[in-house]
Amino acid sequence: MSLLSLFEKNPLSMYPILILLLLALLYLARHQAHRMVRSFTRIASQALRLAARSLLLTESKLRQRNREVLLAAGAGEIEKELEREFQRVDAVVKRDLQTYPAFHRSMSDLITRIDEDYRQSTEAPPSPPAWISAIEAVAQVPNTDGGVAEILGEINKTLDRHHKSAMDDYRKSSQRRHSLLNKMMPVWRKLSETLEHVGKTINGLHERSELITAKMDEYEKIRLGTDEAERRLSSSSLTQFVISGLVMIIAIGGAIINFNLIALPMSEMVGGGSYIGSFKVSDVAALVIILVEISMGLFLMESLRITHLFPVIGQLDDRMRRKMIWISFTLLFTLAGVESALAFMRDQIAADLQALRHSLSGVEAAAGQVSSLIPTVGQMILGFVLPFALTFVAIPLESFIHSSRTAIGLTLGFLLRTTAFLLRLTGNLINHSGKAIIALYDLAIFPAIWIEDKLKKAPVQATSETPPKEVHP
Amino acid sequence: MKRLSCILIGLLLLAGGCTDTTSHSKAVYMLLDTSGTYTRELDKAAAIINYLLGTLQPGDSLAVARIDTGSFSEKDIVQKMTFDGRPSVSNQQKREFKQNIDTFVKEVKGSPYTDITGGILQAAEFLYETGSGRKVILVFSDMEQELAKGYVRDIPLQLEGIEVVALNVTKLGGDIIDPRKYMDRLEDWKAKVEQGQGQWRVINDLERLERILE
Repeated sequence: MSLLSLFEKNPLSMYPILILLLLALLYLARHQAHRMVRSFTRIASQALRLAARSLLLTESKLRQRNREVLLAAGAGEIEKELEREFQRVDAVVKRDLQTYPAFHRSMSDLITRIDEDYRQSTEAPPSPPAWISAIEAVAQVPNTDGGVAEILGEINKTLDRHHKSAMDDYRKSSQRRHSLLNKMMPVWRKLSETLEHVGKTINGLHERSELITAKMDEYEKIRLGTDEAERRLSSSSLTQFVISGLVMIIAIGGAIINFNLIALPMSEMVGGGSYIGSFKVSDVAALVIILVEISMGLFLMESLRITHLFPVIGQLDDRMRRKMIWISFTLLFTLAGVESALAFMRDQIAADLQALRHSLSGVEAAAGQVSSLIPTVGQMILGFVLPFALTFVAIPLESFIHSSRTAIGLTLGFLLRTTAFLLRLTGNLINHSGKAIIALYDLAIFPAIWIEDKLKKAPVQATSETPPKEVHP
Repeated sequence: MKRLSCILIGLLLLAGGCTDTTSHSKAVYMLLDTSGTYTRELDKAAAIINYLLGTLQPGDSLAVARIDTGSFSEKDIVQKMTFDGRPSVSNQQKREFKQNIDTFVKEVKGSPYTDITGGILQAAEFLYETGSGRKVILVFSDMEQELAKGYVRDIPLQLEGIEVVALNVTKLGGDIIDPRKYMDRLEDWKAKVEQGQGQWRVINDLERLERILE
């Protein structure tokens, strides 16, 4: 019986031979297979590592660029703040300290007047009692005929008269002093006020100088590019990004309300059945009006130098800038008026539509239905106010644009780092999976490897049994 | 918000040169069966027409026609209208439409025969002429066609791009005895419409009118 006929009769008997053949083939191709697996995994892992390194380099460059942008923006900001502080100091100096010589003269005059008044108001010392020694001398004369008593009586009368006269003079003098002191009071007050004013100005300047010092320190740190300055600026920029983003969301909400307020009445003007692409012309027109309003608001804010999104507008001369303010304001005002009218029309159309729906459904309008002007007026006011409210979007928009540079830079950096990490991880996984594949390969052909080991060890054992060669000295 | 963002995206696409030339208006042609006892069901039809008037937008078209002995005729059109683009004018047109339909429902007289095929042919002609983006034929009938002697209606329908919706298909006496007749009748119409490359639907639950134009 041939082998072929045996296989035909019993096909299962051919499997052991096939397995043995496969094992033999796999064993023969072992080194090539190992090399191939090692080569492929190495290529893949090296490529991924290279890509990861490249990404990390890019991330490093991006971080450097972010740092530069952040520091430049921070320096620019501080420069603006310092400029503003100096302008304020200049204004204070011009307003208050420029007139200091006049103040000084005024204060000197006041002090002189006070001094003069003070001198005049001093109390005159009372005249010394000269009469006492005369009375004592007369009293020592012997009183024989009563002449001394008469003299003393006369002296007493004269003294009384003199005392009365002195008292009158004293009262008059006191009265004059008091009047002088009374006149000094307003002068004192004025002097006190003047000094207080000067004190306030000096204090204000002192506070400003402290602020300028702090800002200068900060500016110095930014100029030096310290990590602390970078961290502070980064944190500040992200805070700005979040806050301005929130305000922008609120503004978008306002724009949506505005859109809904004018989209329906616009169909009365441009037709409700016309389409541009797959969008109603009325919706597009309403959107365009809102966008034009926002643009006018931006121009207004730029012309007022509140925002600095368009350097060209900021560089215009003052006359042209004022013209631009008036033009943009007039257009904004006109559009607000149009919106208000559209809001009124919307109310009319909505009421008409409601009435039609009632008649179609066979429902009579409720008897107690409130017909108030308040919703109409409210809508009109809303339509008028919203365009002006949207004008202020320019401020958060500017902040958002500026801070988004930092936020986007940081996000990109994070994404690059994460991607690099994932690439390195994948590279390592591929490298290790190559080793695992080689181990699995060896495991699959372990009988052949085992036999190979045995065959290799056999001659070694044989040689170990041979006696060692003699070593001749 | 969604609409606003859609418009913004749309404008960007337009700026990029991707223009959409398809019409976005709707045209609805409603056929009313006025044969025999079916005239008693016309109040329901009036309710459907009122629903359509409330749903259709400025720029859309609506026509109402009766199915009688020979329906392939303009004379059977009770009222047809393409609503103005301005909502205020469109509302006024809808009021007039409703008034005319109410008058028709009150004064309608039953017809001896029911030429549904002729009505559908007439409807398709009208709908194609409107050039609307979406074309719908509503057939308010029991879908039992009865032709007068000499009328030839054994012709294939051309309903490409048209949806045919059978509404309130009442069961006839014979249907109750043998429901297969009812099913066969609807199946025949479905085959006929689909052979004409139209789409076929049946809506018997008139509580859910929003399904008509879904």
